[in-house]
Amino acid sequence: MLSKRIIACLDVRDGKLAKSVKFVDTKDIGDPVSKAREYYEDGLDELVFYDITASSDARNIMLDVVKQVANEVYIPFSVGGGIRTVDDANKLLWAGAEKINVNSAAVLRPELIAECAHAIGDQNTVLSMDIKQVEMSRDFPSGYEVVINGGRKPMGIDALEWALRGEELGAGELVVNSIDADGTREGYEINLTRMIAEAVSIPVIASGGAGKPEHLLEVLTEGKADAALVASMVHFGDYTVSGLKQWLHDQGVKVRLRY
Amino acid sequence: MPIIVDYDAGNVRSVQRACEYVGMKAEISADPDVVARADRVIFPGVGSAASAVDTLQDRGLDEALHTFHQSGRPLLGICLGLQILLQHTEEGDKPCLGMVEGACERFDFADRSFKVPHIGWNEVAFTREHPMLSQLKSGDEFYFVHSYYAKPRHEENNLGTTTYGDRTFCSVIGKENLFATQFHLEKSGKLGLKLLEAFKNWSPSC
Repeated sequence: MLSKRIIACLDVRDGKLAKSVKFVDTKDIGDPVSKAREYYEDGLDELVFYDITASSDARNIMLDVVKQVANEVYIPFSVGGGIRTVDDANKLLWAGAEKINVNSAAVLRPELIAECAHAIGDQNTVLSMDIKQVEMSRDFPSGYEVVINGGRKPMGIDALEWALRGEELGAGELVVNSIDADGTREGYEINLTRMIAEAVSIPVIASGGAGKPEHLLEVLTEGKADAALVASMVHFGDYTVSGLKQWLHDQGVKVRLRY
Repeated sequence: MPIIVDYDAGNVRSVQRACEYVGMKAEISADPDVVARADRVIFPGVGSAASAVDTLQDRGLDEALHTFHQSGRPLLGICLGLQILLQHTEEGDKPCLGMVEGACERFDFADRSFKVPHIGWNEVAFTREHPMLSQLKSGDEFYFVHSYYAKPRHEENNLGTTTYGDRTFCSVIGKENLFATQFHLEKSGKLGLKLLEAFKNWSPSC
């Protein structure tokens, strides 16, 4: 039986690990390579690196981080942030990433998803969506809107419609990131996650809001997510990956315990 | 020198890095002569089987793999590299290498909550003893990403099975000097690396 995945998300700025609260006020919390190694040793299922470096000339620093991680960590990992072209995606894959995450650039130019899926495979193309709750209306039948630029810019696109479009264009997995919940540690957006997970036939990774083990349990059962993204709750040492997985197992969730 | 076959089907460098980690210096090559003469061959792959088979033929690597196979030296197939060892795949209705009797079919579930591709960590139940498997236990989990699965004709070629949805499929194939996994052992953490280490030391004749 397929296990539910626990994925750690590492925001990287200028080669250093950062954690944002609602995408503003980021602060450095350490070295991404050593964190990646620590989580790998502790039974993590997958890693996501998000490059939040502001300047494009610092992108090569990210490629170095990816190369170092690829030499030490033998689980799947993806990289997102600033991917605008197939060339950007290929560079990351060559450096050792398994998958790439497209986000803002795909909203602005949806063909990017199809181009990446064609060049590097559907299964390696992850569509990451930043989503904000809005008033349900004719323009937003799901009651959720796609936003970009770290949550600052609403795009006038319905979130459910975008998820289905992304799947059709060839995305192999979806990251559903709630901007409202991100960094709050008050729990995932369950309704949003379940709505998208039930509508698409590709795996859905829930993101934003994890603060307690109960939140993971909720999103992996009631929220119908295939995987749960964690960040602050493990980065600051409040919980360990192995502890979270053991607890989920004790609650009856199928997770990978032997590694 | 162990050779990793390069036929534009994905993750050769991940496989090479994992080989290096277990102390096996392997080279990546698309040259049929190099492949045919290698000590050991690793045949990885992700993506579409149809275009992969075309590329193998264009480069003369299909013949090289047959020559290598007949030498009796160890061959490791990974993911698409397992599927192409069989006679046929439903993906693009394509004839494959035919080193193992049987074919590949696509997952097709009535219950849509079982998503395709099958992505993530899943258990393998080992059904037979094999020198490659001595360090592993039934129930160990490995990382899968695939939409098609192998159905070898002969039960004795099926070394391990995995269950997804209502389907129990063959996830490990063994036949003489061939050993192949549907999962990505290079992305399956320490247990995957153990399998790669076993391949480094495997002598099929013994």
